[in-house]
Amino acid sequence: MAIPITVRVQAEPFDTAAETAKLTAGRTDVGAVVTFEGLCRSEDGTLAALELEHYPGMAEAEIARVAEEASRRWPVLGLAAIHRYGKIAPGAPIVLVIATSPHRRAAFEAAEFLMDFLKTRAPFWKKEHRRDGTEGGWVDAREADDAAAARWGVTSG
Amino acid sequence: MKIRYFAWVRERVGKPEEEIALPAEVTTAGELVRWLKTRGEEYDYAFERPEVIRVAIDQMHVTADTPLGDAREVALFPPMTGG
Repeated sequence: MAIPITVRVQAEPFDTAAETAKLTAGRTDVGAVVTFEGLCRSEDGTLAALELEHYPGMAEAEIARVAEEASRRWPVLGLAAIHRYGKIAPGAPIVLVIATSPHRRAAFEAAEFLMDFLKTRAPFWKKEHRRDGTEGGWVDAREADDAAAARWGVTSG
Repeated sequence: MKIRYFAWVRERVGKPEEEIALPAEVTTAGELVRWLKTRGEEYDYAFERPEVIRVAIDQMHVTADTPLGDAREVALFPPMTGG
């Protein structure tokens, strides 16, 4: 049976409680909800904002492919993945992942898998804007992220 | 063929996209990157390290040896840093 999968790419902030409620309201089969939010760090106060560029269309499609893969691997009951683009201030949320399942392990693992693959496969790029007015440049991809994705037994592409 | 550039590849090339008629000998994603590199200073700068450039054909990730076929849109970009 197909499970509810929400995938959105948007400039606006997301409402974590509302997204969680969509996956749990009226259901009695959900025993575990894992929610992950990624926030913009200030990098010791030097960062004014992160600017997130994305590839419209492909970003949504790639996150959806990752979510569908997660739903095949774990007995999850629902998944949500929402990623923002545009200028994001320190402290503000960038990404939300929710996984629901009957038991906690599948929810934890599916959420982690979603994040690992979203970071290495979804076409988003971060550019730093510094508080001193200089351009901080583009954030480099981290080998640690590729390694995190690789441990799930699929190449990160 | 529509070619799209993202992030620092876009900044270095100096435009987000362009229509390009490819020479017949350019048949794979890897050959496209190497050929683009020869098109001028800004392209040489954007593709100075061809091995780090990611390619998507019609919005699907591909490897360097993937044939371009009758692709409508090919995108070139740095490794992703979302999340």
